[in-house]
Amino acid sequence: MLETFKTVGKPIAHDSAAKQVAGEALYIDDIRAPEGTLHAYCVLSRKAHARIVSIDLAAARAYPGVGAAISAADIPGKNEVGPIYKGEPFLAQGIVEYIGQPVVAIAASSIKIARAAAKLVRIVYEDLPPVLTIEEALAKEFYLAKPYQMKIGDAAAALAAAPHRLKGTFANGAQDHFYLEGQIALAVPQEGGEMAIWSSTQHPTEVQKMVAGALDLPANAVTCELRRMGGGFGGKETQPAIIACIAAVLAYTAKRPVKYRVDRDDDFMMTGKRHDFLVRYEVGYDDDGRLLALDISFAARGGHVADLTTSIVDRALFHTTNCYFVPHVTATGYACKTHTQSNTAFRGFGGPQGMLAAEHVVDRVARRLGKDPLALRQLNFFGQAPRDVTHYGQRVEDFVADKIVAELAADVGYAERRRAIDAFNASSPVLKKGLALTPVMFGVSFTAIQFNQAGALVHVYTDGSIALNHAGTEMGQGLHTKICQIVADEFAVPLETVRIAATNTGKVPNTSATAASAGSDLNGKAAQAAARTIKARIAQYLAGAAGLPESEVLFAGGQVQVGATSLPFKDAVQKAYNARIQLSATGFYRTPKIHFDRATAKGRPYYYFAYGAAYVEATIDTLTGEYAFDRAELLHDAGRSLNPAIDLGQVEGGFVQGMGWLTTEEIWFDASGRLRTHAPSTYKIPIARDLPRQFRARLWAAGENREESIHRSKAVGEPPLMLGNAAFFALQDAVAAAVPGREALLVAPATPERVLMTIAAAAP
Amino acid sequence: MSDTIRFLLGDQPVEIVDCDPNLTVLEWLRGPGGRCGTKEGCAEGDCGACTVVLAEPDPAGGLAYRSVNSCIQFVGTLDGTQLLTVEDLKQDGALHPVQQAMVEAHASQCGFCTPGFVMSLFKLYRDYDGPLPPSREILDRALGGNLCRCTGYRSILEAATRMFQSPRPDAFDAKRDATLAVLAKLARSSGLAYRDRFFAPTTIAELQALLGKHPAARILSGGTDLGLEVTKAHRSFETIIYLGRVAELAAIARSDSHLTVGAAATWTNATQALVAISPGLDEILARFAGPPIRNAGTVGGNIANASPIGDGPPIFLALDAEIELLGPAGTRRLKLADFFLDYRKTARAAGEIVARLHVPLPKAGALFAAYKVSKRHDDDISAVCGVFALEIADGKIAKVRAAFGGMAAIPKRAAAVEAALLGQVWSLETAKAAGAALEKDFAPIDDMRASAAYRLKVAANLLQRFWFETATQTDVRAVHYA
Repeated sequence: MLETFKTVGKPIAHDSAAKQVAGEALYIDDIRAPEGTLHAYCVLSRKAHARIVSIDLAAARAYPGVGAAISAADIPGKNEVGPIYKGEPFLAQGIVEYIGQPVVAIAASSIKIARAAAKLVRIVYEDLPPVLTIEEALAKEFYLAKPYQMKIGDAAAALAAAPHRLKGTFANGAQDHFYLEGQIALAVPQEGGEMAIWSSTQHPTEVQKMVAGALDLPANAVTCELRRMGGGFGGKETQPAIIACIAAVLAYTAKRPVKYRVDRDDDFMMTGKRHDFLVRYEVGYDDDGRLLALDISFAARGGHVADLTTSIVDRALFHTTNCYFVPHVTATGYACKTHTQSNTAFRGFGGPQGMLAAEHVVDRVARRLGKDPLALRQLNFFGQAPRDVTHYGQRVEDFVADKIVAELAADVGYAERRRAIDAFNASSPVLKKGLALTPVMFGVSFTAIQFNQAGALVHVYTDGSIALNHAGTEMGQGLHTKICQIVADEFAVPLETVRIAATNTGKVPNTSATAASAGSDLNGKAAQAAARTIKARIAQYLAGAAGLPESEVLFAGGQVQVGATSLPFKDAVQKAYNARIQLSATGFYRTPKIHFDRATAKGRPYYYFAYGAAYVEATIDTLTGEYAFDRAELLHDAGRSLNPAIDLGQVEGGFVQGMGWLTTEEIWFDASGRLRTHAPSTYKIPIARDLPRQFRARLWAAGENREESIHRSKAVGEPPLMLGNAAFFALQDAVAAAVPGREALLVAPATPERVLMTIAAAAP
Repeated sequence: MSDTIRFLLGDQPVEIVDCDPNLTVLEWLRGPGGRCGTKEGCAEGDCGACTVVLAEPDPAGGLAYRSVNSCIQFVGTLDGTQLLTVEDLKQDGALHPVQQAMVEAHASQCGFCTPGFVMSLFKLYRDYDGPLPPSREILDRALGGNLCRCTGYRSILEAATRMFQSPRPDAFDAKRDATLAVLAKLARSSGLAYRDRFFAPTTIAELQALLGKHPAARILSGGTDLGLEVTKAHRSFETIIYLGRVAELAAIARSDSHLTVGAAATWTNATQALVAISPGLDEILARFAGPPIRNAGTVGGNIANASPIGDGPPIFLALDAEIELLGPAGTRRLKLADFFLDYRKTARAAGEIVARLHVPLPKAGALFAAYKVSKRHDDDISAVCGVFALEIADGKIAKVRAAFGGMAAIPKRAAAVEAALLGQVWSLETAKAAGAALEKDFAPIDDMRASAAYRLKVAANLLQRFWFETATQTDVRAVHYA
């Protein structure tokens, strides 16, 4: 029997793993920059809000070794990086609107010289009053866009009629991406004014577009390329355009290549984070805890410009009932303007904030009723019609959270663990334990429908080797590995036959950001289509030559079978070449079925939903507020996984990142609006010890996408982040146990301080 | 004194003659060294992406390995060592067992932290000779200085277990004698005087002469704080005197009455001796930064630095240590409590260095605990550090020292707390009363690590925890460092 070479569905190692462990994988800063490359450094605003009276660059420009020193006035084209709205400058234009905003950029022969020259820049400001908090922005109706609402039914009337009502506020903190590789771009001037950019970006097309605008060039004069990022998590969706535009304008001005590698602290100070939200709600429910009505508002700290904030707030609204059917919902979103970093995309894109609030509401209702939160969650799950409609009108056709939750609850012995933990708490004066089992239901597709498209470019060379390009970018998530698997399987050749090339806007144009978890769904289908085009051409030719129907040509086991004969793939390719058959093809994919009307806030924005559930046990120390996670069990639906090893890595990493967001990761501003957590010394992401003592993550064996996604897999980039919610609610459960009979509500992040102070505030 | 920095880069001898002495090892590697495998993640020694391993001859005639953060080490500190980076591990094109295990465990995603993890695991692979598989505690401690944002660590921990399934010895054992022989040739009989700006004396006499000649020189010990002045505050030092080659200054000795810790002893090297006299120090020393910092950072540096949030000062204050200062003319001793004058101001005069700490051995039966409270358990800076020592005689507290970090501009003993404890019966009520006295001792600040209210509350509660741990069997630790 022929070896099948099939790799789809197998735990194949990440295509860069062997290079990464040997230090051979190249990131932007590792590429040998051309001789004479200058290094960039920016002068950042020290004011949260001020008018720029004057900028004096003379001394900096005269400093030996400086190739260029620029402010907004020196930009040849547009000072614009706004992805949705216009008016979002990459260098401060007339005013500064946050501490950390780039005002002046300098390129010099070394970074040390650039920094020294930066000290000579004189900027005169005239202070303006800043708005620094969500509360203040709400009070002043200081918004980045008009508030937006999604509605179903009549929440006000249903609340009035509900047997029980509960009002409250909730909050979640911001989160820095802390990609290990900071923002970086290398701009290399080419002939005829063209510019080549190497950027650590999830969105090469946007970098291309914004750089072209900044240099007043058509898009075809700018290319953007990258092989890989050292982490992205959404932080490299829009923010890299800022870095690349600065590098490009410096390179244009100095007529030399310029590298802008942003120092970690500057990266924190300059770039946006996950939005912190203030949530206000009123919920109505019956004696059993069935949710009857929800009126909820989400106010996000948008920062100084909109960036993607409105779309992020939208996604919070979309996810505001998570897995739960609520017949009457009014959900309102406020994109607040503040004089702080412009918050941006981060894994989940508002979904986590919406879902966390939903879980807070359900958890609180359960505690009010003296019911187990899991039972209440299960009671409120989406179900059969009419309990299958979301507040934005999409019917939930693929609901499996009930099955996943039931399976996980049985696996962990939920009821027994509940009893054991209650018994522990009864006899432990200082330590208290808690548990939680929370579900995830995450909509997959860009809610801006036009982004749900992708292209690919496949070349087959006459030696039988295959080169693959697609619209997606690799940030560690294993996208390239998966797409190679898909293409190799199409041609039925060994995986090593397919080589992925760097993502390049010159190869595949008009790409969407690698975001919204959609990378494999979109690019996998596009690459498959390209491969199928080439296969069809080869098959058509071979069939014709043999006088057989095309159906008699089969690609299998590294061979091409034509009727009763068989020849190696590379011989088939050579024959096709000799017969002047085109061995290169593009592929394209657009997601079917989806639509959304923002005016009515109704439609089917999501092709499908991804599901998962997490069980977590926590122990808190009621003297210090410190805690540990004793156990976590994750069960996640990746459909028919394209690569279970890579998908499991996403599940585990997503959970820990979500846990970090809700626990130790605290973004803290001082009274002047200066971010004081701007490096790993002050901003604490999880470390090895934080992985729960007992930890098991699994892909749901029964998983299968009911939609025709690539090989019936499901997107797995963002959804697992929200498995981290269980960590937060396990702490909430333990906090509740510390002050029995009293309401002690945690807000996120649940730092040790917040745990202790929440208990203290509720204690008799 | 010689003026060339000489070391081994892998197996290759290297001489540095024309670099700025403020150049970091990472800058050298990625620039003149031509090796880009080692990454910069933060340039402050907190993320571990830049972790490299230094091999140096040990007193037993072997090679001692230590992982350090190359981002904040100056090139001059490489003199006489073998520098191993992620590029050195592959042998004849084959992955090292550490690397192979990382691939097999799917332990790299974006890969940017990976070289640092590989080097921390390599250090563990070289050193660990305990039972297999290693416990989670061993691995958590070994990886306590490396951050990964992608994997969630489960796969890295699996790799750390899996690597030991490969047969040892590895290629580095085979090359050990050859490496030792080359390092022996690099060994100096007298100190390094690189470009008359970076001095690495080898004897106290040389050091004293240098202190006399360059009273304004910056004293470099482990570099784990000083390095940040270059990488973060963008300063440049004209003259640096490095203490790391004065063997006598790194000595640790125990007599019948005292433990003497040389100022240049790294925290890693001092840990065993300190835990031996006060077992209650095990956890806090495991939580003191991460291994690459403890492998470079020194006890003396942590004291001289006088940070109000360092963990060393409260420990030594509670241990009632004396500090010995060394100047061009000789030494002097004073109580550690008299050393800290004001925010980052100490009794150290220009031209003086911290030379040793003299710690009286705790009395048998004395109660002792060192507590650190931080947002993250490992590799974090204390919001509050509380270290307590009690002696009880005739049922009453006869002696007490309660020292705190994070509560004032200097690390400080809490006089009112101590007064509230002295002469009392050691009870929960006493602990609470002492906690209530904290407000007389301290008016802490609000900052990004904690609010003033939390600091006061948790500091008071730590006294209760101390009572629970010393007087009852109650478990009061959410996390057990064991």
